Amino acid sequence: MLKGKKVAILGDRDGIPGPAIEECVKSAGAEVVFSTTECFV
Amino acid sequence: MDLENQARIKELAEKYGNEDLIVVLGGAEAEASGLAAETVSKGDPTFAGPLAGVSLGLKAYHMFELKDEVDPDVYEDQVSMMEMVLDMDAIIEEVKKYRE
Repeated sequence: MLKGKKVAILGDRDGIPGPAIEECVKSAGAEVVFSTTECFV
Repeated sequence: MDLENQARIKELAEKYGNEDLIVVLGGAEAEASGLAAETVSKGDPTFAGPLAGVSLGLKAYHMFELKDEVDPDVYEDQVSMMEMVLDMDAIIEEVKKYRE
């Protein structure tokens, strides 16, 4: 599902932040095209 | 969902298309995660941002759903602690709805 895909990341300061998701999706072979960490509340 | 981020997601969807681009969420709550998933697929339900009335058709997944695809050591370091803190089942159930 992730391999070869472009990924836009909407991390959450109180959940999983953007940089942590970046590390994960890169390890799965996806390309990060946007990453941010929102405060959803 | 942040209005600036809605604009960025819209641009990226126009550039890459909804087959190549997916959205990965890290939301702490089911409701907020579902809202973000709805915004990037069907449009902004609050009608506040650039995605109001814009159905991009992007698929959104919560990071928890992608565990099997990620290097186990990386997942362990970056995410596994949050599995214990957050209501994983409720979040996944909510986000999934918007891919159907």
